[in-house]
Amino acid sequence: MGLKEKIADTQIWRSIFRHGYPSTPRNRALAALSNVFLHLHPVKARKSGIKLSFTWCMGGITFFLFLLETITGVLLMFYYRPTIEYAYNDVIAMREHVPFGIMRELHRWGAHMMVLAVWLHMLRVFLTGSYKPPREFNWNVGVILLLLTLLLSFTGYLLPWDQLAIWAITVGSNMARAHPLIGHEGPGASLLAVGDVNLVTPASDIRFGLLAGRFVGAGALLRFYVLHCVAFPLVASLLMAVHFWRVRKDGGISGPM
Amino acid sequence: MELFESIFNALASPSLYVILVTALFFLYLWKMRTFSRPGWVVAFAVMTTAFFVIGAQNGDFLKIITKGDNMPIVIMIFSILFTCSLAFRQASVNDMRIEKGEPPLEALDSNKKVLVWPDLIYPEFICTVLLGALFVFWSIAVEAPIEEPASGTRAPNPAKAPWYFLGLQEMLVYFDPWLAGVVFPGLIVVGLMAIPYIDTNPKGNGYYTFKERPFAITVFMFGFIVLWVALVILGTFLRGPNWNFFGPFEFWDPHKIEPLVNVNLSELFWVRMLDTRLPDAALIREAPGLLLLGAYFVITPALLAKTLLKKLFNEMGFARYSVLVMLLLGMGLLLIKMVMRWTLNLQYFVAIPEWFFNI
Ligand code: HEM
Repeated sequence: MGLKEKIADTQIWRSIFRHGYPSTPRNRALAALSNVFLHLHPVKARKSGIKLSFTWCMGGITFFLFLLETITGVLLMFYYRPTIEYAYNDVIAMREHVPFGIMRELHRWGAHMMVLAVWLHMLRVFLTGSYKPPREFNWNVGVILLLLTLLLSFTGYLLPWDQLAIWAITVGSNMARAHPLIGHEGPGASLLAVGDVNLVTPASDIRFGLLAGRFVGAGALLRFYVLHCVAFPLVASLLMAVHFWRVRKDGGISGPM
Repeated sequence: MELFESIFNALASPSLYVILVTALFFLYLWKMRTFSRPGWVVAFAVMTTAFFVIGAQNGDFLKIITKGDNMPIVIMIFSILFTCSLAFRQASVNDMRIEKGEPPLEALDSNKKVLVWPDLIYPEFICTVLLGALFVFWSIAVEAPIEEPASGTRAPNPAKAPWYFLGLQEMLVYFDPWLAGVVFPGLIVVGLMAIPYIDTNPKGNGYYTFKERPFAITVFMFGFIVLWVALVILGTFLRGPNWNFFGPFEFWDPHKIEPLVNVNLSELFWVRMLDTRLPDAALIREAPGLLLLGAYFVITPALLAKTLLKKLFNEMGFARYSVLVMLLLGMGLLLIKMVMRWTLNLQYFVAIPEWFFNI
């Protein structure tokens, strides 16, 4: 018995992994099956489906970037306070006072690339016709994930609280002002009124709800922070679990029948 | 160098740019089997690289393309070139096999099953390590941008949305915010979600092909490349102060003045064609535009169902067909409005500012 097998035969190893060193088919199957993380994979996969030229690994890269964003994001949260007084200086301090301070860089470049990776993943899924039955539903889960990725990136854009941030969010959130019916400059806004009193005003419309104010200010910063760090990541992780599960349940990565 | 700059500045005028991209797009799909050959792909990559390298002699251009937040767009251009080539190369090979009565390449080993450990887990692991190293390297090399502290009173010029929304921001030039900012994004999401339910073609499920589903691929790629990616590029590189248009090698002069000469369809119709005053009642004033839009969204679908899309209509049934055609006409409206703006300086088809209703 070699050293590897010996280690894999100890009680500690067995208590953790519940199978021997993955060198036999049986143990390899168990390696994927008995591990909560790896079992998002099936035990066996179609050979054509796991080729790099087929998937471009784009779904995997998107997921990798999501993990990268989560880890670097948690580290950033140690240093960042979402208030108008502190936010900007905290971001500056990250580079100047934190040793090896590239977490912000990792987080920002990762975010940009995640948006691109989701698009390319969607392109791949479309071009291989992988949204066709039985995968219609998973395509829809994907569309929501695409939306969440964009929203995650958009809410994060505000947090450095510099000129780029607030004006990009101002441009973006001005759209909400024009939402039909519930934005105060949207078509039909004047329809929602009781007598002479207009219900949809700059201080009560959908944009106000989004920004917690008439302008991008303290309320908006806190709101975007909570959405960015808690709400959206939670929903996204949940949907990713569903997404991966469905890839398996729909018969693995697609291939010709 | 000067010739190079003025050629590209001229090509990048908005009307020419969009028409050129559209033309190249259809040319590519038409001659896909040629253009996706490795030789051509290398040629495209070299030409694109050459454009950026030669262009980088221009200091302003270099500054724009190497700006941290613009690097994703440069990467996007190359990665889309690469992934599309990869996809359409495989599609071409498969199409030729199918023509000969052979199954697509994927079918050869799609029934072979391999153990996920190690055949998938190892590559995933290697991919993770390589990507991690790449991002660490990138992050050390390029600092994340941070500008002046936020000020609610000093707006930068131009104020741009994040890069991935620049296509929508471009739509703001041609449409009111409730359309560009609310209805269009909504339609994109609904349209994407509807795809699996309106595309009833059972072929091409699980392998690359073009010939077995040319219509679906053309429509989707048109939306993705021309209406989304091309407009992101336009918004990043060609829109400067006051959202004015600048060639890639033009200095972003904040005092550049563009005459505002846009007119509404009502004005074109009543004043310029009939030589009368604009009618006072909004609905009469806007009747030409309303009729035009009504015809576009009601009569065209019916006509198409009887002619060009007859086969599709019979296969899909009424409900699916209606959704499809409305989405198609919506996409078409974007292009039509853009072209009308550049040629006729058209502001709105229908303008009822009293109700914030302008199209
Ligand atoms: C956060 C975003 C997303 C993540 C992390 C993700 C991840 C993945 C992964 C890892 C796979 C396995 C195969 C592969 O790598 O290609 C996959 C498959 C799939 N994804 Fe996604 N995805 C995301 C977004 C999307 C989007 C935007 C769509 C479509 C609109 C989509 C639709 C699908 C479909 C239909 C499959 C099954 C493909 C097949 O069986 O060939 N996903 N996804």
